Amino acid sequence: MTPPTSTPAPTNGLAFLLKNRLYNTLSEIGEAFRLFAETIFQIFRPPWQFDLLMKQLLFIGFNSLTVVLVSGFFTGMVLGVQGYVQLKPYAVEGSVAQFVSVSVVKELGPMITAFVLSGRIGASITAELSTMKVTEQIDALEVMGTNPVKYLVVPRFLACSIMLPTLTIFSTFAGIFGGYIAVVTLFGFNGSFYILQVQQHLYIGSVFISLIKATSFGMAIAAVGCYKGFSISSAGGAEGVGTATTGSAVISLITILVLDFILNHILFNLLGFS
Amino acid sequence: MISIKNVRKSFGEKNVLNGIDLEVPLGETLVILGRSGCGKSVLLKIIAGLLSIDGGEVWVDGTEITKLKRKKMNQIRQKIGMLFQSAALFDSMSVAENIAFMLDQHTDLTQQEMRKVVDEKLKLVDLDGVQELRPAQLSGGMRKRVGLARALAFNPEIILYDEPTTGLDPVTCNEINELIRDLNKKLQVTSVVVTHDMHSAFSVGTLMVMLHEGKKLAYGTPDSMINEDNPILQQFILFGAPDQILNIDDPTLRKYTGRKTE
Repeated sequence: MTPPTSTPAPTNGLAFLLKNRLYNTLSEIGEAFRLFAETIFQIFRPPWQFDLLMKQLLFIGFNSLTVVLVSGFFTGMVLGVQGYVQLKPYAVEGSVAQFVSVSVVKELGPMITAFVLSGRIGASITAELSTMKVTEQIDALEVMGTNPVKYLVVPRFLACSIMLPTLTIFSTFAGIFGGYIAVVTLFGFNGSFYILQVQQHLYIGSVFISLIKATSFGMAIAAVGCYKGFSISSAGGAEGVGTATTGSAVISLITILVLDFILNHILFNLLGFS
Repeated sequence: MISIKNVRKSFGEKNVLNGIDLEVPLGETLVILGRSGCGKSVLLKIIAGLLSIDGGEVWVDGTEITKLKRKKMNQIRQKIGMLFQSAALFDSMSVAENIAFMLDQHTDLTQQEMRKVVDEKLKLVDLDGVQELRPAQLSGGMRKRVGLARALAFNPEIILYDEPTTGLDPVTCNEINELIRDLNKKLQVTSVVVTHDMHSAFSVGTLMVMLHEGKKLAYGTPDSMINEDNPILQQFILFGAPDQILNIDDPTLRKYTGRKTE
């Protein structure tokens, strides 16, 4: 008589895979929040290394200025053309400046800037930190008594949080100017009337909303970029760096879109900004 | 100086260290031997405080380090220098900035004073004129030397070496081995060397430990390890140790090699 055998636990069933996936996702979210909390804590702890912050401000801000200006300018031009063409059948094409400026300030300025920087800066942060992890440079920092979060994450987090709103201001002006160039040169729109309309419909509250959004997007880009860089396994190698970098760009974009929806809901729906 | 008591460490379901006990007395150089994946580097990283443990105690210079807060641990780390397998030099910094990093972070030394220390440490590892080069411009052997100079910058009492000769040609390996031996003698430091290069192990070690399947298989001086009657250890030594240190007339060795006295 053969002894009874117990059925082994399934390791490839759908329920098992889903449970595993859920567990991993929740663990990752928990780790990301732990890193975020430590970053905030380390921001307020001396010593403060302003030279590291300046280096990141320069890298993130100055080096991204051209691409942000070009992106903003052409977004404004597209809005100008679309706005004019769509409003003309209803004989309200005179409102095109209002359409461009409100769209750019409240939504597209911070959004386009965040998209550009998530691809350019977020991915670069992940690539740099994950390479440091794989080549044991982060371990070397630890062994030399330097906190990697304070040394590597804090300057990048602060620089992104400062430069995103700063670049958004440039991007917004470029967008409004792009709209001006498009409608004035292509449709013969009155330039003075465009500027007057922009002045009439550009409220300080709108700029405030734009800057809140931009700062939040900057924090998200840095947090995702740094977390993905730190979360790679030391044995990940070049493939791990590539996967982490791609993952960082994708998660940043999704985070920005979700955050944008949440901020729109809070600012416009719950707090009543217009 | 370093005392490891019943240390256990696992990654997921894989037990890497399964109750390791070890002592490294002051001024000795302990070589940790073992096959790839047996937990040698994990043990080294535990001593450096880079990895937490699942159970046991790790004492460094009279302090139990596994439960220390980061601030206290950083004070202990100032007594430790570590040479990483890949040297782990900071790509974005020059050689001089790499070596001066710890001084810059933890002391109030002026640039001139730091420069002096950098020159002095580079001289100790037989390098000069590379201060302004970037790590990418250095050869493998030079990177290891710079890594060692960086490990020495804070005058550590303990130096940890993670596979110091891996990836180097035989001549450079020999140079690095001599350098480690000379430094240990000159600076009177306590060292732990992880390697599976037997030439290196017998060249620098005053004590040896062999890890196998998460446990301590053998521990003792190089001579006692050669005479240890353990087939796994003997195979490990015989496949890698230089002939000049092996006495093939030794009955234990003859048993495992099958070699006969000429």
